[in-house]
Amino acid sequence: MAAADPSVTAPSAPARKRRGLALPSGGLPKNVNRALVVAALVFAVVLPLFFDPSSGFINDCVLALAYVVMALGLNVVVGFAGLLDLGYVAFYAVGAYSVGWFASTFYSDADFHVGVTSFVEQLPGVHLNFFIVVFLAMFLCALAGMLIGLPTLRLRGDYIAIVTLAFGEIIYRFAVNGDEIHLFGKNYPLTAGQQGIGPLDKPKLPFMKEPLSALQLRPWYWIALGMVVIALLAVVAVRDSRLGRAWIAIREDEIAAASMGVPLVKTKLLAYAMGAALGGMAGSFLGFFATTVNANSFKFSFSIFVLSMIILGGLGSIWGVVLGAVALTFINYSLIPDVLNGVPGKIGLDFQLDQLSFGIFGFLLVIGMVLKPEGLLPERRRKIELTEGIGADEALEAPRT
Amino acid sequence: MAFLEVDDIHTYYGNIEALKGVSLKVEEGEIVTLIGSNGAGKSTTLRSISGLTPIRTGAIRFEGQDISKTAPQKIVALGISQSPEGRKCFQRMTVRENLDLGAYLRSDKPGIAEDMDRIFDLFPRLKEREKQKAGTMSGGEQQMLAIGRALMSKPRLLLLDEPSMGIAPILVDRIYETVVEINKQGMTILLVEQNANYALGVSNRGYVLETGAVALSDASENLRTNPDVQKAYLGT
Repeated sequence: MAAADPSVTAPSAPARKRRGLALPSGGLPKNVNRALVVAALVFAVVLPLFFDPSSGFINDCVLALAYVVMALGLNVVVGFAGLLDLGYVAFYAVGAYSVGWFASTFYSDADFHVGVTSFVEQLPGVHLNFFIVVFLAMFLCALAGMLIGLPTLRLRGDYIAIVTLAFGEIIYRFAVNGDEIHLFGKNYPLTAGQQGIGPLDKPKLPFMKEPLSALQLRPWYWIALGMVVIALLAVVAVRDSRLGRAWIAIREDEIAAASMGVPLVKTKLLAYAMGAALGGMAGSFLGFFATTVNANSFKFSFSIFVLSMIILGGLGSIWGVVLGAVALTFINYSLIPDVLNGVPGKIGLDFQLDQLSFGIFGFLLVIGMVLKPEGLLPERRRKIELTEGIGADEALEAPRT
Repeated sequence: MAFLEVDDIHTYYGNIEALKGVSLKVEEGEIVTLIGSNGAGKSTTLRSISGLTPIRTGAIRFEGQDISKTAPQKIVALGISQSPEGRKCFQRMTVRENLDLGAYLRSDKPGIAEDMDRIFDLFPRLKEREKQKAGTMSGGEQQMLAIGRALMSKPRLLLLDEPSMGIAPILVDRIYETVVEINKQGMTILLVEQNANYALGVSNRGYVLETGAVALSDASENLRTNPDVQKAYLGT
């Protein structure tokens, strides 16, 4: 490797600096940075007021925010801890099915209601309050995350990817065939297969008279935004903590991390658990938002979709991941199906553009990797890795005296 | 009771028996060295002591306590720290961040700061490079960092794996001076080295490993003058 001149080291920030939610632009003073973050938040809060409450744009915004939470979760596992998880759809599934199980008439033999409207109280089935369902989903996903993580603990790199890929597929098969799986008796199937579970209860917030509806999307938007803020704060706090440093240490060198006393098993499982919990939070929200849970939503392509977001945005970089998630959501749900869908027809080709969605994502990733391999808003460390190729030949480096 | 006692350990990589009954002792305050050729099992012995590659049979006792089934992080907490083979510095972290990770299991901030200063005194070069990424430093500097990082856990037994590997001779001299200095301050050291000249020069006692077993053990002075050792390992 080209010996780097030590004198040209980037002027690094004070040691032990907490990066917080600083934007990755680096050079900006702290106050400017803070002001930018606050401005972005204010902009995000007031944005829906300028659009029709049932408009397609707000609908896409809600999805984008939910996907931001998803992507932040996957970023903990892949970006921070360096464990390539290709089965992230599992947590979307468990999160969404939590809504099916605990907030619908699906288990109509049961009669269990906690914190729901008087209308829902008259319905048969298990009906829990929106927030309880979200917490349950997060908890179940964290458990599932650790279960999926366990067999990968001794594996590295590509092998983790293969095992998690298989788990994602197993979960999908369970979802599809779940109508024939009865764990707690004949009337309690695991899923409704491809028929789907629905309708799901409409969430009702404590300070609102009516439950949320598909015609008034602003409250959905604000709930999703709240989730994004919670997820951002949690992810930033953990990244800057001891645990966050342990994840990066494991990503850099597992043996060295273990020699320093980083407990590998616990640290990796916590990464899986946290990533999964965020996936469950977003998954349950998407379940409520879609008003039905259908097994067909839980395909492998979903994992790749979320993975593309974090790779495009910049693995490990929090703002990059946010940007990647928003960008890909709008490309997938708005740009391709609404804006550009007819283009091939207009130039005389016999297909619609949304049939090519994944081809387009692949193309974008390739373009991204060529033009900006570290992602749109790269993480500091990752940037070094890709631009200098450090670490490939550490032992053979020519000694300098 | 020896400070560290390795008692007839057998360690496997899959089906391959890397250690075929290694026994050795380290007393408090000593520098003990393990020499031997490539593949003799030197590094595996250190990895077994650290718990990184658990032994299959035998026993490892640290101050009388059996640690052969103990998890690596608990072994670090008990006071055994390793500077691994090939240094394994966190390449994309700064020198300071690397040292911070060495203190991963500690929470006494003043003590950590004090030890950090002590390491910067031992290796002034690291102080100069404090904010530099480890991966941009020379092999010798990274070796200093690896030793410093191992010291940050405040060990009572320091395991050093091949500190001279791939390093310019002038820096090896510096590193070995520091190893002696650390030992004088009271640190017990178990040193694995292919470069037997250096190792036997600084150590009190030595073990010669051959194909996974101890072939010879004696005071370092005697090993240096032993004709067999000279022929096989000292290149004279």
